[in-house]
Amino acid sequence: MTPTLLILGATSDVARACAHRYAREGYDLMLAGRDPEALEPEAQDLRLRHGRIVTCHAFDALDTAGFAGFLDGLPHLPDSVICAVGAMGDQTESQIDPAAAARVMRANYEGPALILGLLAQKMQARDHGVLIGISSVAGDRGRASNYVYGSAKAGFTAFLSGLRNRLAKTGVQVITVKPGFVATRMTEGMDLNPRLTALPEEVAEAIWQAQRHKRDVIYVRRIWRAVMTIIRLLPEVIFKRTRL
Amino acid sequence: MELSGWGRYPRIEGKLSAPRSAEGIAALLRNGPVIARGMGRAYGDAAIGPHAISTRHLTHMIAFDETTGQLVAEAGVTLKDILSAFLPRGWFLSVTPGTQFVSLGGAIASDVHGKNHHSEGSFGTFVDWFDLMGPDGRVTRCSRDENTDLFHWTLGGMGLTGIVLRAAIRLKRVESGWIRQTTIAAPDLDAALDAFERTYSATYSMAWIDCAATGSAMGRSLVMNGEHATLAELPPAKRAKPFAARGHLSPRVPVDFPGFALNPWSIRAFNQLYWTKGRLSAGTALVGWEPFFYPLDAIRDWNRIYGRRGFMQFQCVVPLESRAEGLRAILRAISDSGAGSFLAVLKRFGPQDSRLSFPMEGYTLALDFPVNRRSLDLMPRLDAITADHGGRFYLAKDSRISAQTLRRTDPRWADFAAMRRDSGLAASFASAQSERLDT
Repeated sequence: MTPTLLILGATSDVARACAHRYAREGYDLMLAGRDPEALEPEAQDLRLRHGRIVTCHAFDALDTAGFAGFLDGLPHLPDSVICAVGAMGDQTESQIDPAAAARVMRANYEGPALILGLLAQKMQARDHGVLIGISSVAGDRGRASNYVYGSAKAGFTAFLSGLRNRLAKTGVQVITVKPGFVATRMTEGMDLNPRLTALPEEVAEAIWQAQRHKRDVIYVRRIWRAVMTIIRLLPEVIFKRTRL
Repeated sequence: MELSGWGRYPRIEGKLSAPRSAEGIAALLRNGPVIARGMGRAYGDAAIGPHAISTRHLTHMIAFDETTGQLVAEAGVTLKDILSAFLPRGWFLSVTPGTQFVSLGGAIASDVHGKNHHSEGSFGTFVDWFDLMGPDGRVTRCSRDENTDLFHWTLGGMGLTGIVLRAAIRLKRVESGWIRQTTIAAPDLDAALDAFERTYSATYSMAWIDCAATGSAMGRSLVMNGEHATLAELPPAKRAKPFAARGHLSPRVPVDFPGFALNPWSIRAFNQLYWTKGRLSAGTALVGWEPFFYPLDAIRDWNRIYGRRGFMQFQCVVPLESRAEGLRAILRAISDSGAGSFLAVLKRFGPQDSRLSFPMEGYTLALDFPVNRRSLDLMPRLDAITADHGGRFYLAKDSRISAQTLRRTDPRWADFAAMRRDSGLAASFASAQSERLDT
């Protein structure tokens, strides 16, 4: 049987790299995003390069009421799921506009957590599956520069941790991915330290290896584990005065 | 930012944009002249300028027809991408240059050639059509049937007619990823030329030429011919997995070599070793497609061997009738100067009928020189010899010939420049090379 991968939020650069990485391993793909028509060129490229079956599906992470219908509309329950949904938003806007902040919180926490929760139920019943959530180092500790986004990612990280704990004795694997900086459309034009910045292909490789080796939580570049350990361990009296 | 080609000479300050869509490119065209840039493998200044537009986000494959072998893909798709996807299914590039790390758009703009030029033609021969974005952002489908002028000016037009967005090329069927290679050790130039003429019917041919050899050994070469191996020609172990012929991509050149690493002695020693090894292993062998077509791709970032100052490639073609005198004069000038080329390649071209493309029936010689005083003194002499013998130059490699030399050796470019002025292309598309050569 050909394994299948569902990618939620398939338009992102990281999602695209993951699609190619898994297709190379022989996976058929279901690409899900807000505008399935816009996904079609990606799907066609994947079909031509890898000779796999690729389908496109409409999925809106903010439309939680539509989740059950979305899952029923898939050709079948996938073997692996990568949730690459997320939106950084603008911190300043999020500070003054509760609606904007709510969108960031919902897109990074509520939507991803609820859809993976539904998938977990179905996978648990089947006793087989891999759920991969792309969270963020920003969720490791709230910082002034992006704490609205960061707090939502922290929630998502905690959700994945609990889900993993709950499903540890089943055939369902839960992986938390914290990519650190990635050179993507989202970060284009930002001045990022190249040592801390991964390429989308690196993230995809790390995710595939994490699935293969049954890892639980991964940082893509090892240096991020060290950086975030230090940031997490800083006493609050010092941390609150920093500008990180 | 600092921009340069593969030879890392010259380097100029320029802007590099990487739009994600045709609309993104069109928006950039309003801010003054641009030049498309694919993988940056043109050696000199062809894909750098005040504003280079990278096609690295235009990487979708669009369609493939199993009956005709026609592939439609965006301009930033590389030849490596194409081989990775289609060789396992029994398709190969109809024409490939000596590296897989070039983009489809770049291959069209330079109308690149390969080891089968004499037998099958240049890259453009297998281009069915392409979509070209012009100065106003409008996209024109160009082929041998529609917008034919633009089609022919673009093949070999060095990106100066617009930006290729996507193209349809024809792949060819192969039964395996193996090549039956025959190596002939030719002790001097006449023997090498003779070997090329005798084996003209071979699909692939090229020679490594020792340009450090002097006297009676001048021009000694290892002439290598090749054919795609059929299934029947493979031993049983290989026949089971006919496309599993692969080399390894590694090692990478980690640092810039210091300037003294390449000197007349090390170059002579390298060439001597290569010749001796090649002569001993002359004959027929099965080799994988990667070592056969892309030996240098195995050493990533090999341009760093030439150090921070970079290197220049001299590639000319001399017409068939003056091959012996022309090549001999060039080799003599090189050995007289004391400069040596680490890598030198000689190849027979077949006839070429196109508006701007580099090849002509004759022999092409490609030599790499580190950027230093001696090389810079030598190269204008090589230009003059080439011109005196009716030859011309490959702009995909060029970083330094003068506008006068180009006009003298290749009058076609004057017509091209006039066309560009009259049609408004000159105001919208320009590279450091087009400014230097006044094209």
